[in-house]
Amino acid sequence: MPGTDLTAVERTFRLESGRAVATLVRLFGDIDVAEEAVQEAFVVATTRWASGGVPPNPGGWIVTTARNKALDRLRRESSRNERQAQAALLRAEAEPEEVGAVRDDRLRLIFTCCHPALAPEAQVALTLRLIAGLRTSEIARAFVASEATMAQRLVRAKRKIRDAGIPYRVPRESELADRLPPALAVVYLVFNEGYTASSGDELVRGELCAEAIRLARSLAELMPDEPEVLGLLALVLLIDARREARTGADGSLVVLGDQDRTRWDRALIAEGQELVRACLRRNRPGPYQLQAAINAVHGDAPTAAATDWRQILALYDQLLAEEPTPVVALNRAVAVAEVHGPALALEGLARLDLGGYHLFHALRADLLQRLGRLDEAAAAYDEALACEANTAERTLLEQRRRCL
Amino acid sequence: MKQYLLSVHLVEGEPVPSEEAMQQAYKAVDALNAEIKSAGAWVFAGGLHPPATATVVRSRDGEVVTTDGPFAETKEQLGGFWIITAPDLDAALEWAAKGSAACGGPVEVRPFQELPEP
Repeated sequence: MPGTDLTAVERTFRLESGRAVATLVRLFGDIDVAEEAVQEAFVVATTRWASGGVPPNPGGWIVTTARNKALDRLRRESSRNERQAQAALLRAEAEPEEVGAVRDDRLRLIFTCCHPALAPEAQVALTLRLIAGLRTSEIARAFVASEATMAQRLVRAKRKIRDAGIPYRVPRESELADRLPPALAVVYLVFNEGYTASSGDELVRGELCAEAIRLARSLAELMPDEPEVLGLLALVLLIDARREARTGADGSLVVLGDQDRTRWDRALIAEGQELVRACLRRNRPGPYQLQAAINAVHGDAPTAAATDWRQILALYDQLLAEEPTPVVALNRAVAVAEVHGPALALEGLARLDLGGYHLFHALRADLLQRLGRLDEAAAAYDEALACEANTAERTLLEQRRRCL
Repeated sequence: MKQYLLSVHLVEGEPVPSEEAMQQAYKAVDALNAEIKSAGAWVFAGGLHPPATATVVRSRDGEVVTTDGPFAETKEQLGGFWIITAPDLDAALEWAAKGSAACGGPVEVRPFQELPEP
């Protein structure tokens, strides 16, 4: 079998498996039936495409093959009087065969996966599995869990969808306030796990960023009138634009102020900034749009020194009003230090309850150092190192402590 | 159509609501019950006497042992419930939201197992 054909199947799997599963779920009303049939179709594809070549519409070929596989299986099972199979078969036969609804299929399934009746960790795992087409082993690795744990989490979540009757549909306008935030949170969580992994395989991490951007793009494509959806897409694009510059030649972590800005991806920044401008015109700000706007300001600055910190601080003030969390307050303190000086920023930090978070101590250490209070700065670095952090972050903290 | 249990749990030791608040809750629940009935989603509903009125019966090898209840020795006890029919969980959650507003406490939604066909 020529290697190129195998990659064609692999590539189609990445691009199309989510769509195919979503369509099959609509046709058969059952996630397990859909997943199994799509997997079988890809098995057929690996041999069929190797000898007969890749069909002109690989995604359509997969859906048709999977549909036939599922029908065969259900007919076999329903003749043995299995009620679930009979129900799925009836549903599939009643459903028109058109594929016009395909775009909505994926959106429907995203909202099913991110239904608030499911635990957040189950939402993430399901979305990666069903929409992004990641294998259970890949999801387990990305979230530092054992494959058995992840498999069980997926089985339980799918069982709840079936037994509790979580529907496959896009929420109504009146429900969006409740239903959209978890979906956006899942996409952002997937992105962040890829961008700042707690540990794990380098390759899978980059892939998670790409999957999150793809998910954000589909959401934006499917819901172009929701400003927070556009805000989320802008945010992940603007952060991802700096991914290359964030790692030094030796794999070390390079913080924003020290990055070689010529290595930023200008095309991604331009796309993100255009989205931010489009959001601003709608004038319905929300947390994702505000964070995107903050990153857009960074994207404008040719050097770290040229950063418009006043504008960033104003945006953080707005963000803090929308989302009054200690982590937002911590990030705002960085801007406070630039605009009003380290002493005032340090004063603000004293009110935050973030003792277990390494970045809290790291910022305190930095501010103390700038105020010339070096002993206290060293102690703060020690506290940061006592918290959980990944290897690259740890190396940077140790290096900074030595440079005091 | 599926059937769902919408249950209201009372926490023992929590301050008892005022008589006025109770009357208001009764009225709200009555109104909701009428709404569930006219929507065709009604199966059954009721409020329970306090857990101290419960009795537990165990039958083992033909021998019956009766003891003072409740069965579960927790502070959270079932206070009342609705059984409704709904096309899917979202529809059941909508009724639960109304139920929670009416009785002023959280409502747990659980699906019934499908009945075996006769």
